[in-house]
Amino acid sequence: MITRRTVLGAAGVTLAGAGWRIVNPATAEAANIELSPALSAGTRAAAVLDALPGKKPLIKLSYRPPNYETPIEHLGTAITPNDAFFVRYHLADIPEVDGKTWKLSVGGEGADRAAELTLDDLKAIPAFEVTAVCQCSGNRRGLFQPHVAGVQWGPGAMGCARWKGARLKDVLDKVGLKKDAIEIVFDGADRGAVDKTPDFVKSIPVWKAVEETTLVAYEMNGEPLPHFNGFPARIIVPGWTATYWMKHVTSIRPALKSFDGFWMKSAYRIPLGKFPVVARFVSQETSANTPITEMVVNSLITSHADGAAVKAGSKVTVGGIAWDGGYGIRSVEVSSDGGKTWSTASLGEDLGRFAFRPWRFEVAVTGPGRQVIVARATNQIGQTQTSELIQNPAGYHHNLDSSISLMAS
Amino acid sequence: MRSIAVAIFAVALAAPSAADEQQIHLKKAPGLDKVEANCTACHSLDYVLTNSPFLNATQWDGEVTKMINAFGAPIDAADAKVIGDYLKANYGR
Repeated sequence: MITRRTVLGAAGVTLAGAGWRIVNPATAEAANIELSPALSAGTRAAAVLDALPGKKPLIKLSYRPPNYETPIEHLGTAITPNDAFFVRYHLADIPEVDGKTWKLSVGGEGADRAAELTLDDLKAIPAFEVTAVCQCSGNRRGLFQPHVAGVQWGPGAMGCARWKGARLKDVLDKVGLKKDAIEIVFDGADRGAVDKTPDFVKSIPVWKAVEETTLVAYEMNGEPLPHFNGFPARIIVPGWTATYWMKHVTSIRPALKSFDGFWMKSAYRIPLGKFPVVARFVSQETSANTPITEMVVNSLITSHADGAAVKAGSKVTVGGIAWDGGYGIRSVEVSSDGGKTWSTASLGEDLGRFAFRPWRFEVAVTGPGRQVIVARATNQIGQTQTSELIQNPAGYHHNLDSSISLMAS
Repeated sequence: MRSIAVAIFAVALAAPSAADEQQIHLKKAPGLDKVEANCTACHSLDYVLTNSPFLNATQWDGEVTKMINAFGAPIDAADAKVIGDYLKANYGR
Protein backbone atom coordinates (compact mmCIF):
# COMPACT_ATOMS: atom_id res chain seq x y z
CA MET A 1 0.00 0.00 0.00
CA ILE A 2 1.38 3.38 -0.94
CA THR A 3 0.70 6.15 1.47
CA ARG A 4 2.35 9.41 2.17
CA ARG A 5 2.76 8.52 5.81
CA THR A 6 4.48 5.30 4.85
CA VAL A 7 7.00 7.23 2.86
CA LEU A 8 7.54 9.98 5.38
CA GLY A 9 7.69 7.57 8.24
CA ALA A 10 10.53 5.59 6.82
CA ALA A 11 12.60 7.91 4.74
CA GLY A 12 11.23 11.41 4.41
CA VAL A 13 10.58 11.03 0.71
CA THR A 14 7.43 12.14 -0.95
CA LEU A 15 6.04 12.68 -4.40
CA ALA A 16 5.09 16.20 -5.30
CA GLY A 17 3.47 17.17 -8.56
CA ALA A 18 5.21 15.57 -11.48
CA GLY A 19 8.47 14.64 -9.79
CA TRP A 20 10.13 13.34 -6.68
CA ARG A 21 11.52 15.49 -3.97
CA ILE A 22 13.08 14.83 -0.62
CA VAL A 23 11.54 16.73 2.20
CA ASN A 24 12.20 17.15 5.83
CA PRO A 25 9.40 15.31 7.59
CA ALA A 26 9.16 18.08 10.14
CA THR A 27 8.22 20.57 7.42
CA ALA A 28 5.98 18.21 5.50
CA GLU A 29 3.10 18.40 7.92
CA ALA A 30 -0.28 18.80 6.38
CA ALA A 31 -1.51 22.37 6.11
CA ASN A 32 -4.76 23.56 7.53
CA ILE A 33 -7.43 24.78 5.17
CA GLU A 34 -10.47 26.92 5.70
CA LEU A 35 -13.62 25.03 4.80
CA SER A 36 -17.29 25.87 4.47
CA PRO A 37 -18.95 26.74 7.79
CA ALA A 38 -21.75 24.43 6.67
CA LEU A 39 -19.49 21.42 7.35
CA SER A 40 -19.40 19.90 10.82
CA ALA A 41 -17.13 21.57 13.35
CA GLY A 42 -15.16 18.34 13.60
CA THR A 43 -14.56 18.26 9.88
CA ARG A 44 -13.43 21.88 9.79
CA ALA A 45 -10.99 21.19 12.60
CA ALA A 46 -9.65 17.87 11.32
CA ALA A 47 -9.45 18.30 7.54
CA VAL A 48 -6.04 19.34 6.23
CA LEU A 49 -4.35 19.82 2.89
CA ASP A 50 -2.15 16.80 2.34
CA ALA A 51 -0.41 15.32 -0.71
CA LEU A 52 -0.64 11.61 -1.46
CA PRO A 53 2.14 10.21 -3.68
CA GLY A 54 1.56 11.50 -7.20
CA LYS A 55 -1.05 14.01 -6.08
CA LYS A 56 -1.16 17.72 -5.38
CA PRO A 57 -2.26 18.69 -1.88
CA LEU A 58 -5.92 17.69 -1.59
CA ILE A 59 -8.35 18.04 1.29
CA LYS A 60 -7.69 15.05 3.50
CA LEU A 61 -10.83 13.82 5.22
CA SER A 62 -9.40 10.46 6.26
CA TYR A 63 -5.92 8.99 5.99
CA ARG A 64 -6.90 5.32 6.08
CA PRO A 65 -8.66 4.36 3.95
CA PRO A 66 -7.63 7.46 2.00
CA ASN A 67 -10.43 9.90 1.28
CA TYR A 68 -9.16 13.11 -0.28
CA GLU A 69 -11.29 15.83 -1.83
CA THR A 70 -10.35 18.11 -4.73
CA PRO A 71 -10.05 21.77 -3.66
CA ILE A 72 -12.45 24.00 -5.57
CA GLU A 73 -9.58 25.83 -7.30
CA HIS A 74 -9.03 22.75 -9.50
CA LEU A 75 -12.68 22.37 -10.49
CA GLY A 76 -13.27 25.42 -12.69
CA THR A 77 -12.46 23.71 -15.99
CA ALA A 78 -14.07 21.01 -18.11
CA ILE A 79 -11.19 18.63 -17.38
CA THR A 80 -9.82 17.97 -13.90
CA PRO A 81 -6.05 17.26 -13.82
CA ASN A 82 -5.07 13.75 -12.73
CA ASP A 83 -2.90 15.01 -9.90
CA ALA A 84 -5.80 16.99 -8.46
CA PHE A 85 -8.45 14.29 -8.94
CA PHE A 86 -10.24 13.19 -5.76
CA VAL A 87 -9.45 9.90 -4.03
CA ARG A 88 -12.07 7.67 -2.42
CA TYR A 89 -11.64 4.21 -0.89
CA HIS A 90 -13.87 2.13 1.35
CA LEU A 91 -11.31 -0.44 2.45
CA ALA A 92 -7.82 0.05 3.85
CA ASP A 93 -5.87 -2.78 2.25
CA ILE A 94 -4.96 -1.27 -1.13
CA PRO A 95 -2.24 -3.17 -2.98
CA GLU A 96 0.03 -1.45 -5.43
CA VAL A 97 -0.89 -3.33 -8.59
CA ASP A 98 1.87 -4.26 -11.05
CA GLY A 99 0.58 -3.67 -14.58
CA LYS A 100 2.92 -6.38 -15.92
CA THR A 101 1.46 -9.14 -13.79
CA TRP A 102 -2.09 -7.80 -13.41
CA LYS A 103 -4.79 -10.05 -14.84
CA LEU A 104 -8.45 -9.39 -15.42
CA SER A 105 -10.66 -12.43 -14.92
CA VAL A 106 -13.81 -12.41 -17.05
CA GLY A 107 -16.51 -15.06 -16.81
CA GLY A 108 -19.06 -16.66 -14.53
CA GLU A 109 -22.51 -18.16 -14.55
CA GLY A 110 -23.80 -15.57 -17.02
CA ALA A 111 -21.06 -16.20 -19.57
CA ASP A 112 -20.52 -19.01 -22.08
CA ARG A 113 -16.83 -19.32 -21.20
CA ALA A 114 -14.08 -17.69 -19.16
CA ALA A 115 -11.10 -15.56 -20.15
CA GLU A 116 -8.14 -13.96 -18.46
CA LEU A 117 -6.86 -10.73 -19.94
CA THR A 118 -3.51 -9.06 -19.44
CA LEU A 119 -3.16 -5.32 -19.78
CA ASP A 120 -1.79 -5.88 -23.29
CA ASP A 121 -4.82 -8.03 -24.12
CA LEU A 122 -7.10 -5.24 -22.93
CA LYS A 123 -5.23 -2.67 -24.98
CA ALA A 124 -5.50 -4.89 -28.06
CA ILE A 125 -9.28 -4.45 -28.01
CA PRO A 126 -10.31 -1.40 -30.10
CA ALA A 127 -9.98 1.63 -27.86
CA PHE A 128 -12.73 4.13 -27.20
CA GLU A 129 -12.62 7.48 -25.40
CA VAL A 130 -15.25 9.25 -23.38
CA THR A 131 -15.06 12.44 -21.35
CA ALA A 132 -17.11 11.87 -18.23
CA VAL A 133 -17.70 13.13 -14.71
CA CYS A 134 -16.73 10.76 -11.91
CA GLN A 135 -18.66 11.89 -8.85
CA CYS A 136 -18.94 10.16 -5.50
CA SER A 137 -22.55 9.39 -4.57
CA GLY A 138 -21.92 11.19 -1.29
CA ASN A 139 -20.38 14.32 -2.76
CA ARG A 140 -21.45 17.24 -0.51
CA ARG A 141 -22.69 14.83 2.18
CA GLY A 142 -20.98 17.07 4.72
CA LEU A 143 -23.26 19.93 3.69
CA PHE A 144 -26.47 18.11 4.60
CA GLN A 145 -28.40 19.71 7.43
CA PRO A 146 -28.86 17.89 9.69
CA HIS A 147 -25.51 16.17 9.17
CA VAL A 148 -25.49 12.48 8.38
CA ALA A 149 -22.75 9.96 9.21
CA GLY A 150 -20.16 9.06 6.61
CA VAL A 151 -17.21 10.71 4.89
CA GLN A 152 -17.96 14.40 5.34
CA TRP A 153 -17.40 15.52 1.77
CA GLY A 154 -17.62 19.12 0.68
CA PRO A 155 -18.18 19.81 -3.03
CA GLY A 156 -14.98 18.27 -4.37
CA ALA A 157 -15.58 14.50 -4.37
CA MET A 158 -15.75 14.66 -8.14
CA GLY A 159 -13.78 15.34 -11.28
CA CYS A 160 -14.08 15.08 -15.03
CA ALA A 161 -11.54 13.27 -17.19
CA ARG A 162 -11.05 11.88 -20.67
CA TRP A 163 -11.11 8.12 -20.15
CA LYS A 164 -9.71 5.68 -22.69
CA GLY A 165 -10.14 1.95 -22.72
CA ALA A 166 -11.96 -1.00 -24.17
CA ARG A 167 -15.73 -1.00 -24.32
CA LEU A 168 -17.06 -3.30 -21.61
CA LYS A 169 -19.34 -4.93 -24.20
CA ASP A 170 -16.28 -5.87 -26.27
CA VAL A 171 -14.68 -7.41 -23.18
CA LEU A 172 -17.90 -9.33 -22.52
CA ASP A 173 -17.93 -10.53 -26.12
CA LYS A 174 -14.70 -12.40 -25.34
CA VAL A 175 -16.66 -14.71 -23.04
CA GLY A 176 -20.11 -14.62 -24.62
CA LEU A 177 -22.85 -13.02 -22.57
CA LYS A 178 -25.75 -15.39 -21.95
CA LYS A 179 -29.18 -14.09 -22.94
CA ASP A 180 -30.51 -14.37 -19.39
CA ALA A 181 -27.61 -12.57 -17.70
CA ILE A 182 -29.08 -9.62 -15.76
CA GLU A 183 -26.15 -7.99 -13.95
CA ILE A 184 -22.40 -7.59 -14.46
CA VAL A 185 -20.46 -7.88 -11.20
CA PHE A 186 -17.11 -6.14 -10.64
CA ASP A 187 -14.43 -6.76 -8.03
CA GLY A 188 -11.24 -4.78 -7.47
CA ALA A 189 -7.90 -5.48 -5.80
CA ASP A 190 -8.63 -3.59 -2.58
CA ARG A 191 -9.75 -5.47 0.53
CA GLY A 192 -10.73 -4.87 4.10
CA ALA A 193 -8.16 -4.90 6.87
CA VAL A 194 -9.97 -7.81 8.51
CA ASP A 195 -11.23 -10.87 6.65
CA LYS A 196 -14.83 -10.46 7.73
CA THR A 197 -15.21 -7.02 6.17
CA PRO A 198 -17.37 -7.38 3.05
CA ASP A 199 -15.21 -7.03 -0.02
CA PHE A 200 -16.07 -4.01 -2.15
CA VAL A 201 -17.95 -5.66 -5.01
CA LYS A 202 -20.49 -3.86 -7.20
CA SER A 203 -22.85 -4.70 -10.03
CA ILE A 204 -24.61 -2.84 -12.81
CA PRO A 205 -27.52 -3.95 -14.97
CA VAL A 206 -26.63 -5.54 -18.29
CA TRP A 207 -28.38 -2.77 -20.24
CA LYS A 208 -25.96 -0.22 -18.76
CA ALA A 209 -22.94 -2.50 -19.10
CA VAL A 210 -23.39 -2.88 -22.86
CA GLU A 211 -23.83 0.81 -23.60
CA GLU A 212 -21.23 2.14 -26.07
CA THR A 213 -19.77 4.46 -23.44
CA THR A 214 -19.25 1.97 -20.60
CA LEU A 215 -15.54 1.16 -20.54
CA VAL A 216 -12.76 -0.79 -18.93
CA ALA A 217 -10.39 2.18 -18.93
CA TYR A 218 -6.61 2.20 -18.61
CA GLU A 219 -5.94 5.85 -19.45
CA MET A 220 -7.07 9.07 -17.82
CA ASN A 221 -6.39 12.34 -19.64
CA GLY A 222 -3.82 10.63 -21.86
CA GLU A 223 -1.84 9.06 -19.02
CA PRO A 224 -2.00 5.68 -17.31
CA LEU A 225 -4.48 5.80 -14.44
CA PRO A 226 -2.88 7.12 -11.27
CA HIS A 227 -2.57 4.49 -8.54
CA PHE A 228 -5.13 6.30 -6.40
CA ASN A 229 -7.60 6.43 -9.27
CA GLY A 230 -7.48 2.73 -10.04
CA PHE A 231 -4.30 1.68 -11.86
CA PRO A 232 -4.04 -0.28 -14.06
CA ALA A 233 -7.71 -0.39 -15.09
CA ARG A 234 -11.06 0.71 -13.77
CA ILE A 235 -14.67 0.54 -14.88
CA ILE A 236 -16.12 3.75 -16.35
CA VAL A 237 -19.91 4.09 -16.12
CA PRO A 238 -20.63 7.52 -17.63
CA GLY A 239 -23.64 9.23 -16.10
CA TRP A 240 -23.72 7.00 -13.03
CA THR A 241 -22.18 7.82 -9.67
CA ALA A 242 -18.63 6.68 -8.98
CA THR A 243 -19.57 3.79 -6.72
CA TYR A 244 -19.82 1.62 -9.84
CA TRP A 245 -16.50 2.78 -11.33
CA MET A 246 -14.53 -0.11 -9.85
CA LYS A 247 -10.86 0.76 -9.36
CA HIS A 248 -8.00 -1.77 -9.81
CA VAL A 249 -10.62 -4.04 -11.38
CA THR A 250 -9.69 -7.72 -11.17
CA SER A 251 -12.85 -9.52 -12.16
CA ILE A 252 -15.89 -8.97 -14.38
CA ARG A 253 -18.59 -11.54 -13.80
CA PRO A 254 -21.88 -11.75 -15.69
CA ALA A 255 -24.57 -12.97 -13.29
CA LEU A 256 -27.94 -14.65 -13.80
CA LYS A 257 -29.40 -13.29 -10.59
CA SER A 258 -29.29 -10.14 -8.55
CA PHE A 259 -25.92 -9.80 -6.80
CA ASP A 260 -26.53 -9.77 -3.04
CA GLY A 261 -23.29 -8.42 -1.53
CA PHE A 262 -23.31 -5.82 1.25
CA TRP A 263 -22.25 -2.97 -1.04
CA MET A 264 -25.28 -3.56 -3.26
CA LYS A 265 -28.02 -4.65 -0.85
CA SER A 266 -27.23 -2.45 2.14
CA ALA A 267 -25.09 0.44 0.95
CA TYR A 268 -25.52 3.04 -1.78
CA ARG A 269 -29.30 2.96 -1.68
CA ILE A 270 -31.77 5.80 -2.05
CA PRO A 271 -35.44 5.85 -1.10
CA LEU A 272 -37.74 5.01 -4.01
CA GLY A 273 -39.47 7.92 -5.67
CA LYS A 274 -37.66 10.77 -3.94
CA PHE A 275 -35.28 11.77 -6.71
CA PRO A 276 -36.04 12.63 -10.32
CA VAL A 277 -33.93 9.89 -11.87
CA VAL A 278 -34.77 8.11 -15.10
CA ALA A 279 -32.25 5.24 -15.06
CA ARG A 280 -33.55 2.30 -13.05
CA PHE A 281 -31.77 -0.73 -11.67
CA VAL A 282 -34.84 -2.95 -11.52
CA SER A 283 -33.17 -6.22 -10.50
CA GLN A 284 -31.90 -4.53 -7.31
CA GLU A 285 -35.02 -2.57 -6.37
CA THR A 286 -37.03 -3.35 -3.24
CA SER A 287 -40.39 -1.92 -2.23
CA ALA A 288 -38.55 0.71 -0.17
CA ASN A 289 -35.36 1.64 -1.98
CA THR A 290 -33.15 1.27 -4.98
CA PRO A 291 -29.43 1.45 -5.71
CA ILE A 292 -28.30 4.93 -6.61
CA THR A 293 -27.92 5.18 -10.39
CA GLU A 294 -27.43 8.27 -12.53
CA MET A 295 -26.21 11.60 -11.17
CA VAL A 296 -28.75 14.36 -10.67
CA VAL A 297 -28.28 17.67 -12.46
CA ASN A 298 -25.94 19.94 -10.57
CA SER A 299 -23.63 22.95 -10.69
CA LEU A 300 -20.79 24.47 -8.71
CA ILE A 301 -19.59 28.06 -8.50
CA THR A 302 -15.80 27.93 -8.73
CA SER A 303 -14.78 31.50 -9.55
CA HIS A 304 -15.25 32.91 -6.08
CA ALA A 305 -15.06 31.52 -2.61
CA ASP A 306 -18.07 31.96 -0.39
CA GLY A 307 -17.61 35.35 1.25
CA ALA A 308 -15.17 36.65 -1.37
CA ALA A 309 -14.43 40.37 -1.18
CA VAL A 310 -15.47 42.42 -4.24
CA LYS A 311 -15.64 46.13 -5.05
CA ALA A 312 -19.02 47.79 -4.68
CA GLY A 313 -20.35 49.01 -8.04
CA SER A 314 -17.94 46.84 -10.05
CA LYS A 315 -18.67 44.04 -12.48
CA VAL A 316 -17.29 40.58 -11.72
CA THR A 317 -17.46 37.40 -13.75
CA VAL A 318 -18.89 34.56 -11.72
CA GLY A 319 -18.40 31.14 -13.22
CA GLY A 320 -18.26 27.45 -12.62
CA ILE A 321 -19.30 24.12 -14.02
CA ALA A 322 -22.52 22.18 -14.50
CA TRP A 323 -23.14 18.47 -15.13
CA ASP A 324 -25.77 15.78 -14.94
CA GLY A 325 -26.35 12.07 -15.52
CA GLY A 326 -25.58 12.18 -19.22
CA TYR A 327 -28.49 14.03 -20.80
CA GLY A 328 -26.31 17.11 -21.20
CA ILE A 329 -26.62 20.62 -19.84
CA ARG A 330 -29.20 22.82 -21.52
CA SER A 331 -28.75 25.99 -19.49
CA VAL A 332 -27.40 27.54 -16.35
CA GLU A 333 -29.28 30.41 -14.76
CA VAL A 334 -27.73 32.81 -12.31
CA SER A 335 -29.38 35.08 -9.80
CA SER A 336 -27.48 38.08 -8.48
CA ASP A 337 -30.09 38.91 -5.87
CA GLY A 338 -30.41 35.79 -3.79
CA GLY A 339 -32.89 34.04 -6.07
CA LYS A 340 -35.43 36.77 -6.82
CA THR A 341 -34.53 37.28 -10.49
CA TRP A 342 -32.65 35.00 -12.85
CA SER A 343 -30.58 35.45 -16.02
CA THR A 344 -29.03 32.96 -18.40
CA ALA A 345 -25.30 32.31 -18.14
CA SER A 346 -22.99 31.72 -21.13
CA LEU A 347 -21.98 28.11 -21.57
CA GLY A 348 -18.35 27.23 -22.29
CA GLU A 349 -16.67 24.38 -24.13
CA ASP A 350 -18.79 21.30 -24.74
CA LEU A 351 -16.85 18.07 -24.25
CA GLY A 352 -19.93 15.94 -24.52
CA ARG A 353 -23.05 15.11 -22.58
CA PHE A 354 -21.20 13.34 -19.75
CA ALA A 355 -18.65 16.13 -19.11
CA PHE A 356 -18.44 19.18 -16.89
CA ARG A 357 -19.86 22.15 -18.81
CA PRO A 358 -18.16 25.42 -17.84
CA TRP A 359 -20.36 28.53 -17.60
CA ARG A 360 -19.92 32.17 -16.69
CA PHE A 361 -22.03 35.21 -16.00
CA GLU A 362 -21.21 38.88 -15.42
CA VAL A 363 -22.58 40.06 -12.12
CA ALA A 364 -23.17 43.74 -11.40
CA VAL A 365 -22.00 44.15 -7.84
CA THR A 366 -24.36 46.32 -5.82
CA GLY A 367 -23.37 46.89 -2.25
CA PRO A 368 -21.66 47.73 -0.15
CA GLY A 369 -22.62 44.66 1.83
CA ARG A 370 -23.50 41.06 1.24
CA GLN A 371 -24.83 39.93 -2.15
CA VAL A 372 -26.02 36.37 -2.62
CA ILE A 373 -25.28 34.75 -5.98
CA VAL A 374 -27.21 31.60 -6.87
CA ALA A 375 -26.69 29.27 -9.83
CA ARG A 376 -28.97 26.51 -11.03
CA ALA A 377 -28.44 24.17 -13.96
CA THR A 378 -31.08 22.57 -16.17
CA ASN A 379 -30.40 19.52 -18.31
CA GLN A 380 -31.63 18.54 -21.75
CA ILE A 381 -34.60 16.63 -20.36
CA GLY A 382 -35.74 19.62 -18.34
CA GLN A 383 -34.53 18.59 -14.89
CA THR A 384 -33.31 21.42 -12.66
CA GLN A 385 -31.42 21.55 -9.40
CA THR A 386 -33.50 21.48 -6.28
CA SER A 387 -34.27 24.61 -4.26
CA GLU A 388 -34.92 22.47 -1.19
CA LEU A 389 -32.46 19.74 -0.21
CA ILE A 390 -33.84 16.23 -0.65
CA GLN A 391 -33.10 14.43 2.62
CA ASN A 392 -32.10 10.77 2.52
CA PRO A 393 -30.45 8.52 5.11
CA ALA A 394 -26.98 8.28 3.58
CA GLY A 395 -26.67 11.82 2.27
CA TYR A 396 -26.59 11.15 -1.46
CA HIS A 397 -27.54 13.29 -4.47
CA HIS A 398 -26.95 16.72 -2.91
CA ASN A 399 -27.93 19.06 -5.73
CA LEU A 400 -29.24 22.09 -3.95
CA ASP A 401 -28.98 25.30 -6.02
CA SER A 402 -25.37 26.52 -5.77
CA SER A 403 -24.93 29.67 -3.80
CA ILE A 404 -22.19 31.98 -2.54
CA SER A 405 -22.09 35.35 -0.88
CA LEU A 406 -19.99 38.19 -2.27
CA MET A 407 -18.94 40.84 0.23
CA ALA A 408 -18.90 44.23 -1.49
CA SER A 409 -17.06 47.18 -0.02
CA MET B 1 18.13 11.25 -8.06
CA ARG B 2 15.01 9.49 -9.20
CA SER B 3 16.53 6.03 -8.88
CA ILE B 4 17.72 6.78 -5.36
CA ALA B 5 14.35 8.08 -4.39
CA VAL B 6 12.63 5.06 -5.88
CA ALA B 7 14.95 2.73 -4.00
CA ILE B 8 14.20 4.49 -0.73
CA PHE B 9 10.53 4.39 -1.57
CA ALA B 10 10.62 0.64 -2.13
CA VAL B 11 12.10 0.19 1.33
CA ALA B 12 9.49 2.46 2.79
CA LEU B 13 6.69 0.38 1.28
CA ALA B 14 7.89 -2.66 3.15
CA ALA B 15 7.79 -0.87 6.47
CA PRO B 16 4.44 0.84 6.92
CA SER B 17 4.23 3.43 9.64
CA ALA B 18 1.56 5.90 10.54
CA ALA B 19 3.31 9.22 10.98
CA ASP B 20 0.42 11.33 9.79
CA GLU B 21 -2.20 9.26 11.51
CA GLN B 22 -0.37 9.59 14.78
CA GLN B 23 -0.92 13.31 14.62
CA ILE B 24 -4.62 12.69 15.15
CA HIS B 25 -5.36 13.12 18.82
CA LEU B 26 -8.72 12.19 20.22
CA LYS B 27 -9.77 13.54 23.60
CA LYS B 28 -8.03 11.90 26.53
CA ALA B 29 -10.86 10.34 28.46
CA PRO B 30 -11.86 6.93 29.81
CA GLY B 31 -12.19 4.46 26.95
CA LEU B 32 -9.70 6.07 24.59
CA ASP B 33 -7.42 3.06 24.94
CA LYS B 34 -10.17 0.76 23.68
CA VAL B 35 -10.97 3.11 20.80
CA GLU B 36 -7.33 3.18 19.76
CA ALA B 37 -6.85 -0.56 20.18
CA ASN B 38 -9.96 -1.58 18.21
CA CYS B 39 -10.99 1.09 15.72
CA THR B 40 -7.55 1.67 14.23
CA ALA B 41 -7.38 -1.93 13.02
CA CYS B 42 -9.47 -0.83 10.05
CA HIS B 43 -9.43 2.97 9.83
CA SER B 44 -7.75 6.13 10.98
CA LEU B 45 -9.37 8.05 13.82
CA ASP B 46 -10.10 11.16 11.79
CA TYR B 47 -13.40 9.41 10.99
CA VAL B 48 -14.41 10.10 14.59
CA LEU B 49 -13.44 13.77 14.43
CA THR B 50 -15.12 14.55 11.12
CA ASN B 51 -18.33 12.79 12.20
CA SER B 52 -18.69 15.04 15.20
CA PRO B 53 -20.31 16.54 17.08
CA PHE B 54 -23.61 15.79 15.43
CA LEU B 55 -24.42 12.14 16.19
CA ASN B 56 -26.62 11.47 19.20
CA ALA B 57 -26.17 8.53 21.59
CA THR B 58 -28.36 6.19 19.56
CA GLN B 59 -26.54 7.07 16.37
CA TRP B 60 -23.08 6.52 17.88
CA ASP B 61 -24.23 3.13 19.22
CA GLY B 62 -25.48 2.42 15.72
CA GLU B 63 -22.09 3.23 14.25
CA VAL B 64 -20.33 0.85 16.64
CA THR B 65 -22.89 -1.87 15.92
CA LYS B 66 -22.44 -1.32 12.18
CA MET B 67 -18.68 -1.74 12.46
CA ILE B 68 -19.19 -5.08 14.21
CA ASN B 69 -22.20 -6.52 12.37
CA ALA B 70 -21.79 -5.06 8.88
CA PHE B 71 -18.01 -4.69 8.64
CA GLY B 72 -16.96 -7.64 10.78
CA ALA B 73 -14.86 -5.74 13.32
CA PRO B 74 -13.71 -8.28 15.96
CA ILE B 75 -14.76 -6.22 19.00
CA ASP B 76 -16.15 -7.99 22.05
CA ALA B 77 -19.28 -6.75 23.76
CA ALA B 78 -17.45 -5.23 26.73
CA ASP B 79 -15.13 -3.20 24.53
CA ALA B 80 -18.00 -2.19 22.27
CA LYS B 81 -19.79 -0.66 25.25
CA VAL B 82 -16.69 1.22 26.37
CA ILE B 83 -16.13 2.52 22.83
CA GLY B 84 -19.75 3.59 22.46
CA ASP B 85 -19.69 5.35 25.82
CA TYR B 86 -16.47 7.16 24.92
CA LEU B 87 -17.84 8.36 21.57
CA LYS B 88 -21.12 9.52 23.08
CA ALA B 89 -19.44 11.35 25.94
CA ASN B 90 -16.72 13.04 23.89
CA TYR B 91 -18.01 13.34 20.34
CA GLY B 92 -21.78 13.21 20.74
CA ARG B 93 -24.29 15.90 20.04
